[in-house]
This record gives sequence, structure tokens and C-alpha cells, in this order.
Amino acid sequence: MTSQNPGSRESSLFNRDVIHEIQRAAETGVYDIRGFGAKRPLPHFDDLLFLGASVSRYPLEGYRERCDTNVTLGALNAEKPVEIDVPITIAGMSFGALSANAKEALGRGASEVGTSTTTGDGGMTPEERGHSTKLVYQYLPSRYGMNPDDLRKADAIEVVIGQGAKPGGGGMLLGQKITDRVAEMRTLPAGIDQRSACRHPDWTGPDDLAIKILELREITDWQVPIYVKVGATRTYYDTTLAVKAGADVVVLDGMQGGTAATQDVFIEHVGIPTLAAVPQAVEALQEMDMHRKIQLVVSGGIRSGADVAKCLALGADAVSIGTAALIALGCNHPKWQKEYEELGTSAGFYDDYHQGRDPAGISTQDEELGARLDPVAGGQRLANYLRVLTLEAQTLARACGKSHVLNLEPEDMVALTIEAAAMARVPLAGTDWIPGRERES
Amino acid sequence: MNTVDLQKQSVRELNRVLHQLPEDTNETGWEVLHPGGQHNIACGLDREIEVRVDGHAGYYCAGMNKQAEITVAGNVGVGVAENMMSGSVHVQGSAGQSAGATAHGGLLVIDGDAAARCGISMKGIDIVVKGSIGHMGAFMGQAGRMVICGDAGEALGDSLYEARIYVKGAVASLGADCVKKEMRDEHIRELQELIDAASLDETPTDFARYGSARNLYHFKTDNALEY
Repeated sequence: MTSQNPGSRESSLFNRDVIHEIQRAAETGVYDIRGFGAKRPLPHFDDLLFLGASVSRYPLEGYRERCDTNVTLGALNAEKPVEIDVPITIAGMSFGALSANAKEALGRGASEVGTSTTTGDGGMTPEERGHSTKLVYQYLPSRYGMNPDDLRKADAIEVVIGQGAKPGGGGMLLGQKITDRVAEMRTLPAGIDQRSACRHPDWTGPDDLAIKILELREITDWQVPIYVKVGATRTYYDTTLAVKAGADVVVLDGMQGGTAATQDVFIEHVGIPTLAAVPQAVEALQEMDMHRKIQLVVSGGIRSGADVAKCLALGADAVSIGTAALIALGCNHPKWQKEYEELGTSAGFYDDYHQGRDPAGISTQDEELGARLDPVAGGQRLANYLRVLTLEAQTLARACGKSHVLNLEPEDMVALTIEAAAMARVPLAGTDWIPGRERES
Repeated sequence: MNTVDLQKQSVRELNRVLHQLPEDTNETGWEVLHPGGQHNIACGLDREIEVRVDGHAGYYCAGMNKQAEITVAGNVGVGVAENMMSGSVHVQGSAGQSAGATAHGGLLVIDGDAAARCGISMKGIDIVVKGSIGHMGAFMGQAGRMVICGDAGEALGDSLYEARIYVKGAVASLGADCVKKEMRDEHIRELQELIDAASLDETPTDFARYGSARNLYHFKTDNALEY
């Protein structure tokens, strides 16, 4: 191969990013830890398109004919299932990873549109409970801050087995963010680099999980649903085992799911894309005749109403957002450009959530920085964003003739690429070809 | 004394009636007959009552207990008194894995032995084992005290935070960042209090103390092989 300027020909194998990382590793001797989610290009919902109604299908009138968006989560066993008005929930993010104002803003925004928010690896704060009309309480391997009083205050319990950014890995919160309050909630010395366990301390495998879920039901008198969250890897089997263990809701987090602090090598190299995982989970539920009886909540790269609609069309009952919610609050906003530059980055690129120096006051425990985020205004921005996602999803559903967003189905979509067609199990656009599937004769 | 027979009633019925007791209940004595190794017996209690389980119990017996004093006249399975907040649990037999896991408070006394991961991620509980414990005892223990009158299995106190461990017998091996420490006067006093609380006939000076070297509290490249 020739080049017009052979002296400046870049190696695709050892490109500038690779060289920079090798040099950084050689200079510091530590692996790269960062926030955000996978940054590599991956097959995603952008690779799918909807087939709007035409002669063969009947569309609904926008703004006139109803297209409902409400979803009931966890009605199989719980006395009080979670009823959400929009099919978009807020994913688990801890107080500790996020500031108190950020957690309050998430609660305010979610509550305004009638959906749920979720605690994280650090327990439940009074502010969070107070501002969230529907709050899911995560039950994690670390059990930081876990207590039966908060368990009974929750509207649902989410047993976290893994997350998309690091399936098989435990939580991480570096010393800069272990303030006195965070340390007290987690029963840890202040200022240490906290390493959460990756396995639960008192159960191993799905048979034990079944007993654990029963214990949680007993402690809460069977009032609230039990979710089981898995990172997307062997999704068909994990979904099957979660259902066998008694989950009321399966939460599936694809590899694009965000994190506040994880090794870059973990974020970019473990797990499978959300697009590939959803059909596997739906297949497992359908084979057990549990699709729509046990709900599937999907997260990992949901950014727009199109993503929401496509995810639901693949068979999810709701989606969950984390990174997008933080951006709606003000993360990576250009108004903090000068301070991003002082941190060696730029608005739109900031991912050092673990360092606790977020100029936007979101991924920090610094009181001065945290005070920059007005929880009322932030909550309003999140509510606006959730409404836009909902309106966009409704627009697409109506175009496909659906009176409820959950009536969307794989048959409404085609894929732009062979990879996406194979993963999503919908035909390549303009063909009837689904790679990996036998054509009907 | 109120009696619930688990051959005739379900664990759900037992837990429901114990959960529904009013705060000022005068029904403070409960006996559970024929537990038959069932799981989740007497979990989630939050009243100042005494519960005697008359036989063996399965997983998570007395899980997340608050206030109640629970005695098990038999063996227990995995996770007895897991995440206990207060009160006490007395196992008159032996315990399976993860006894007292993640518990924040209260006193757990095990007359026999405890299996692996006893006191894993403990957050303030006091655990007294009259016999021996298996491997990975007090793994990632954050706070609280553990007393072992017999021997401790491999990797005791691995990745320990601030929990304190007292062992009378042999320790097969210490886990990462766990070290033997000096028994000072305050530790002898502390251990005596625990011995008294568990009604033991032991001498504090016969025990050795183990705790965190605190070398793994911060990520350091030099510790890579310790992780």
C-alpha cells in the first residue's frame, strides 16, 4: 500500500490512541479507571429502522388517537407492583458516585413524569426517598447501608448481579469521593479506595438466589416486586435462571451501560451490546411463557425516543437510562468548558467521574461543586427530557399503527447492516434475510 | 408462650404473625416447633421478643433481625443472622456458610462450628464461635468483633477493613492484608466483655488478635500481586 506522505502514515494497529495509552501506562504504572460507558463503535439501535404504516398497515393520528405509555412492573407476586406512566426509568446510581443534589434532581425529574428512580451501591438517603415517589432499592454484593427499614420503604427491590459496564466486576469508589458522610453510610474508613465485592456474600448460584429472593419477600411481607439485574453476557441463560429463581422483573444492562468508576479495559472488552442482548432475553422469556408476565427492563445506551421505541419493539417492557439522565442534568455542558479544559478535557469528553471534580456538580462529593447543581432546575430538565423521549416513542408507535408503545414488535423494524440484522433478529432492509435464520421456503 | 408448629403452618404464616406484633406487645415468648430445616425462619423481626426454634433451620434464619432474641436449638444453614441490625441470635448447634454476613449489629453466638465465610463483610456485629470456623472468615470485614475459640481456616481476614478478630486456636493462614496484632489492655477488656456476653468460660490472654495492616486501603501498583 502506498501513501501520498509515507512519513505520516498512521498504523491502524498502533494508532495515536494506542500509543498514548501505552505511554500513559508506562509512565503511571496503573490501569486507566474512568466513568461513562463503552466508547468503541458498536452495533446499536441506530442500525435499525421502523417500517411506518402505508397501504398494508394503518397509522394512528398524532395527538388525536391515543398511544398509551403506562407500564406495570412486577405484578406476578407483589401486592404492590410498580406502576409507571412512561416506559423509561432511572437506572441505579449511588449517592457517593453522585452528589446529593444530583440524586435529588433525579428523584424530582422522575417523579414529575411518573416514573421510578433507583438507589445504588451506597444505601438509600432520606433526600432520595423523599423526592422519589417510586424508588427501587438495589441489593448489591457490598450491602453498604443495607437495612430492613429502608428495604421496607422501597417500592421495589433490585438484586444486582452485574452491570453492563463490568459484568463480573464489583463496584469501585476512589478515596476522593469517600467523604465522612459516604464513609459513614458504607461503614468504611473515610478516604480509602473502596473496592466492592463482585459476588454476593451469602448466596452462590441460582438455587441459592431463589431462597434469597424468598427471604427478601418474607422480610417485606410480599408487598413489593423483586427485580434481578444482570449485565449482558450469556443473556439467554442468565434471564432463564433469574426467572427460575423467582424474579418478578429482569433488568438487563448492555455493555454500553455507564459507570462512575471502572477500569477502561473492563468497560470496552467485557459484555455484549444491548442490541444483541435484548432478543436473547426475550427468547428466554417467551420459551418459558413469561414474556409480558415477567417484565424486561433494558438499559445500556438509551439516548432518544427512537432508542426507546426500538428497544420496546424488540420485546422490552421498559428501558432505563443513566448516562443520558446525567447529561440531561447538565453533565458535560459547554458552560463549564473553561473548567473542563483545566482538567485536561473538554465539554462532551469528560469521563473522569471517579475523580470527584465534576465542574457540573453531578459526579462529585465536593460540597462547593455539588452546590452548582440546582436540584429543582436539574429535575425540571430531566422531566423535560423524559417527556421528549416519550413523545418521540409515541410518534414512532403511532406511525406503526400502535395504540400502546408496548404493541410495537420486531416485525415493525428492519436493519441497516448485516450485523444488526443478525443481532436484533430482524431482516436486512429490503430483504427477508435474517442472518443465522433459515429462510421460509 | 405462643407456639407455631411448622408442620401445620407455613414459614409465611410464622413470619407474618411475628411481623404484625404491635410495638408494645405482651406476647413476647414464641416457640417454633418442627422447623425441619426450612428456610427464612424468623427473618425480618423487629420487636423485643424471644423466639426459640426447636430444631434445625435452613438458610437465612433470623435474617436482618432487629431487637429480637432468637435461639435455635439445632444447626442452621447458610446466612444465619445475615445483615442483623440488633438483638441476638444463639445457635446451639453448628452453622453453615456466611454466618452473620454483612450484619451491622447485635450478637451472634454459635455453640458449634461455623463453615466458610463466617462474618463476611461484617459491619458492626459481634460474632462468638465456640468451635472452629472454615476458610475466608471475616472476608472484607468492615467493623465489629469476631471471637473464635477453636481454629480458623485458610485466608482469615482477607481484605480486612476495621473488623477485629480474636482466635484462641490455630490459624491455617492469614488472608491478604490481615496481620497478627498486639493484645493491649483495651483488647483484653473488650474480649472479656464478649466472653461474658456469650457466657463462655475462657481467658482473654489465651487469644491472639488479628486486624488489618491497612496496606491495601489505596490502589498502589506495588500491591498488584496482592489483589
